[in-house]
Amino acid sequence: MSEQSEEAMLTYYKRLFPYGPYFRWLNYGNMKEHYFHNREFSFTLPDDIYIRYQSFKDEAELEEELKKMKPQKIDLGAVYNHRPKSHRSITNFVPMEKELVFDIDMTDYDDVRNCCQGADICDKCWKFMVVAVKVLDVALREDFGYQHLLWVFSGRRGVHCWVCDDAARALDQSARSAVAEYLQIIKGGEQQNKKVSFNHEHLHPAISRAAGIVGHHFESMMVEDQDILGNEEAVKKFLLMIPDEQLKIKLEKAMLNYHDSISRWRVFEELTANTGKTKRQILHLKEEIMLQLTYPRLDINVSKQLNHLLKSPFCVHPKTGKICVPIDPANVEEFSPETVPTLSQLINELLELNSESLGKDGKSLKEYERTALNPSIQLFKKFLSNLESSWRHKRIIASDAKMEF
Amino acid sequence: MEFQSPRHSARRTVKNSSKLKSEYPHSLQLYSVPPNETIGLQELEDWAVERLKVLRAIERVNLSKNARFSDDWKNALKNDLQKQNLNSWYQLSSSIKDEKMDELICKTRQKDHVSHFLLRLAYCRTEESRRWFISQETDLFRFRFSMENSEDIRVFMKENKMNFQPIPEEEKKKILTKLIHAMPFNANKIDMVEYYKVPFTEALDLVRHRKVYLQAGYAYVPNEELVSIITAMFRSHLSLAMALTMRSLPELEDDHRIRRLLNDFDKRYTGQDFNALQNKSSGAAITPEMLDGLSKQSYPLCMRHLHETLRSTHHLKHGGRIQYGLFIKGIGLSLEHSLKFWREEFSKNMDIDKFEKQYAYTIRHNYGKEGKRVNYSPHSCIKIINASVGPGENHGCPFKHFDAAVLRQKMATNRVPQPAIQEIVDLVTRHHYQIACQRYFEATHNTELDSGIQHPNQYFIESQKILNGEAKEKPKGAHKVQTIRATLPAKVEKPDTTDENDEILREGKDNHFLIFRLHGNHRTNTRFQHMIGVTIMYT
Repeated sequence: MSEQSEEAMLTYYKRLFPYGPYFRWLNYGNMKEHYFHNREFSFTLPDDIYIRYQSFKDEAELEEELKKMKPQKIDLGAVYNHRPKSHRSITNFVPMEKELVFDIDMTDYDDVRNCCQGADICDKCWKFMVVAVKVLDVALREDFGYQHLLWVFSGRRGVHCWVCDDAARALDQSARSAVAEYLQIIKGGEQQNKKVSFNHEHLHPAISRAAGIVGHHFESMMVEDQDILGNEEAVKKFLLMIPDEQLKIKLEKAMLNYHDSISRWRVFEELTANTGKTKRQILHLKEEIMLQLTYPRLDINVSKQLNHLLKSPFCVHPKTGKICVPIDPANVEEFSPETVPTLSQLINELLELNSESLGKDGKSLKEYERTALNPSIQLFKKFLSNLESSWRHKRIIASDAKMEF
Repeated sequence: MEFQSPRHSARRTVKNSSKLKSEYPHSLQLYSVPPNETIGLQELEDWAVERLKVLRAIERVNLSKNARFSDDWKNALKNDLQKQNLNSWYQLSSSIKDEKMDELICKTRQKDHVSHFLLRLAYCRTEESRRWFISQETDLFRFRFSMENSEDIRVFMKENKMNFQPIPEEEKKKILTKLIHAMPFNANKIDMVEYYKVPFTEALDLVRHRKVYLQAGYAYVPNEELVSIITAMFRSHLSLAMALTMRSLPELEDDHRIRRLLNDFDKRYTGQDFNALQNKSSGAAITPEMLDGLSKQSYPLCMRHLHETLRSTHHLKHGGRIQYGLFIKGIGLSLEHSLKFWREEFSKNMDIDKFEKQYAYTIRHNYGKEGKRVNYSPHSCIKIINASVGPGENHGCPFKHFDAAVLRQKMATNRVPQPAIQEIVDLVTRHHYQIACQRYFEATHNTELDSGIQHPNQYFIESQKILNGEAKEKPKGAHKVQTIRATLPAKVEKPDTTDENDEILREGKDNHFLIFRLHGNHRTNTRFQHMIGVTIMYT
């Protein structure tokens, strides 16, 4: 089955989709007029029929339309200067704002993972995503000062990040591309073996911080799980990354004296521990190799373009049926794509629900709060309440300013 | 700006020299206020053409091997300008302080000012021409900036309200290690360096290349990198102004004299347009079956590599599909043929259905049949060399993006003689990618190429010419278009009588408005005098 049935989708949009919090997010406290109304939604209907430039007045209209159209997939685009629905009748129709987004997909790791390829994932390769979330989360917070980061499971084999701070949403295209390139360190195509090189005496603070995070995971995920030096062929592939011919020969000889990845990695560490001091080219060799193998691989075109579409949080992945749920970056290691609720699982849960149930505060719970989706919704609400406090603060400043006049 | 006959304006300029001096106090300008002077139409054209020559010189120097803004780069640009007698364009201040010198300098600054605004009008029309203009103008600004002394720079910054304050010593001490580690150069002189704390959005180029330390959204910029920030401000200021100018353009174009002048100008900005170029040399349309043969004979290495990767893996990633798809459009493959070609290859790996749904769109998009409906131009060498190429991707420039060993092997397979391979690899290690490509051309065609390689489609055309025996007639080929047409259009026509004393005042929507006055006034049949006062004001 490559798509979800219409009936299941209808149930999802009728009983499970968290309209309230979702609208509160995209409405951004209504700090700017028509912010929600001018946002582009795009729907994918069964048989890959794609409709762009949908827009909705408010939560009610969105809900009505989702129930009617039952889209297989929802993508979010930019906030435009006019309503996207009437874009054809407007001559000057341009994107104004959007969250700064990042897209990391496991397929970009095919050349460094030995456990799975393509669309497949397992717990071993999910660790690449764990590292990616950790590295980017801290960089966006510490270096750029962003606070409202919404991390979302993309439904199958990757993660998305939505940076929702006011300042981030207002970035223009050139600023987005600068941020994306700052965060991108792996450069080089199929015909380039060494994809990370630093020639300065010191590593940039952002790089050494990333190297620290990566270093923490490297042995268990690469040397053990991925077994990167497990056989002779793998050693040869590894040695292609060594730019210095002499060192390469020396390493090959020494590494092949041992027969398992971990011992061979130790040999590499020993032999390169001091050589760096004499040759600039291999000064940061160990860090470069670790980063090349594990640093987040961004699809930077997604981040650069203001009008690029990205799959919405709480969308059902059409192929896996998994819900694109938020991920808590502070506890990313506990997240496993295996345990993400699927649409059919949630529908089964709904069938078994009692008629009424009361929450702690005595109010009746929404149906989605009584299923396996609830922890994800609570996480989303936590993100929302932080976000909301930021614009409450702004409102106070704004009204203070008014008082002075 | 207003313009009059040369005779008239010369008199006025002399009279107003002291006024001029106060208007142009500094050699650097941000061009915030449009000129409001009386200038002869012919003089105006001359100045604009000169400026265009300067911008073209910058473009040329950027194509050369020198690192941008290095001393070699600056000298190359100076030489180029000197050859064309355009020294004054970078000599905008003088240590000699006498009246005559002052006047000369002021006149030059005025020329700089006026010509900038005229070219703005000419280059604001399309996204591509805007980008070209902004990029050359920004380089010109940075080039001039680099020749100012620190006192002049201080004055300039103060006048333009760029009040950057260095961070206090204590703050610097707290983050000293981070600052040192973010420095590309030797840390010994850290004590001498002053740091400025600016929002990262004002230092994008430094952020992009990780040349500064970033903390909580602020970049700590060492004083020697300030130029990068000021240049960025110049660029964003100009970019905004260009967008506004474009919106005002329809009103200006009501005047056919302006229209003619502008039309003429923006056609001179780029090299040859390789878009939808038919393969004229062979006379026959290109079909998918011919591509295997052509790829061996006439493709540059980047395209040959993409073609061969596509044939062997039946797939190319997005960047490769764009780079190769636009190239084959440029050599004359029709949309129908192109769809057939990609479909045949991709469907070896996937359902035709999946191809039609996921990939056919991009191909039609390339031909301007989807989305924005822009008929995209094939990528130039510069664009390909600067492309970002990631894991699993095959696009980009082989001379830049291949490891030397892979490159050697590839060339050996393509029967490039050993000595040439060595020479090419040497060029590559010195980052001369385009010259390497030229040598590759020469080695595979057994000939000499005096034009250099700027575009993969130009490579293809040159190759086809040689293979079809046309090379002798046109030895320079597409390179010719790089030189600017020196002759000016014929004298301006008589204005229509309806132009006389038109006065239009319109208010724009976005808080900027345009006042456009036009007076036609001809005294004799042969000699006429125009005064067009155009004031574009942004509030």
